[in-house]
Amino acid sequence: MNSKRCAGCKYLRRRCPSNCILSPHFPPNDPQRFACVHKIYGASNVAKMLQQVPVQQRAEAANAMYYEAYCRIKDPVYGCVGTIALLQQQIFDAECQLAKIQAEIAVLNGHHEATHQNQQVNVATSSANFTLESGGEGTFSSTYDPSICQFY
Amino acid sequence: MGGSSPCASCKLLRRRCAKDCIFAPYFPPDDPHKFAIVHKVFGASNVSKMLQELPVQQRADAVGSLVYEANARMRDPVYGCVGAISYLQNQVSQLQMQLAVAQAEILCIQMQQQEPATLPTQLDVPDEKSLLLSTSTFNNLQPYLSFASSSTVMQDPLKRESLWT
Repeated sequence: MNSKRCAGCKYLRRRCPSNCILSPHFPPNDPQRFACVHKIYGASNVAKMLQQVPVQQRAEAANAMYYEAYCRIKDPVYGCVGTIALLQQQIFDAECQLAKIQAEIAVLNGHHEATHQNQQVNVATSSANFTLESGGEGTFSSTYDPSICQFY
Repeated sequence: MGGSSPCASCKLLRRRCAKDCIFAPYFPPDDPHKFAIVHKVFGASNVSKMLQELPVQQRADAVGSLVYEANARMRDPVYGCVGAISYLQNQVSQLQMQLAVAQAEILCIQMQQQEPATLPTQLDVPDEKSLLLSTSTFNNLQPYLSFASSSTVMQDPLKRESLWT
């Protein structure tokens, strides 16, 4: 019997073969990591999902599954989808605020040029692109995949 | 027995759909794909356990988020929802930087407009004056430049390895 079983095989009380798919990603010194993913996905689903992914991407996949499982345990209703909703709201608020500020800048620049027409004032514009793809309505950038936004 | 057709889950699992089937309200028979995808990622028994641990009024939302996560995982088998989170955090950071720059620009404009229009015609000392302006402007910018993300979202979205600590 392999005394150095991975966290998965330890949890499942089974022998840990040398080619165990869970073993590289669920080391025995972090039992909570496997317990998390097992609670949400189940050991066989985790193994299946890892098998469907190229070997070099399995570490990232295991990490992502752990994160999602952790979020789901913390928030059983929304899981990591709650985080997505929060970020979308932050983006919406930031875009609205940016649009307002840019409108203010336009007004200030217009006012300034109107009252000081004989002076050439160059307002320092940063190299950042201020053009909002959304047109400042608070909608999301056109490069964002809208199908991700809609989950209800 | 009754005449009502089994819910999508009981149809897929090929079992009798009980009157108090926990899946029935959320997985109607006319949308078999919805349950199929959730079952593929989470497994029917895990979904059942998760729903049982929730109050009834929150189960619809939970199913919605599970379906969303399952779809994201099917679309991106490596990162799933985490890919979307990373992308969104990047957008938030960029927007916050743009906001900080825009705020700085407004301050610059306001300070220029507050200055009396008394540009020296004979003496030429624009550099020293603009240096003083930029120093005081910088001091006013400090609150806008310290944009920290909310503690409830992941830190360092571009450094994926830090997510797992």
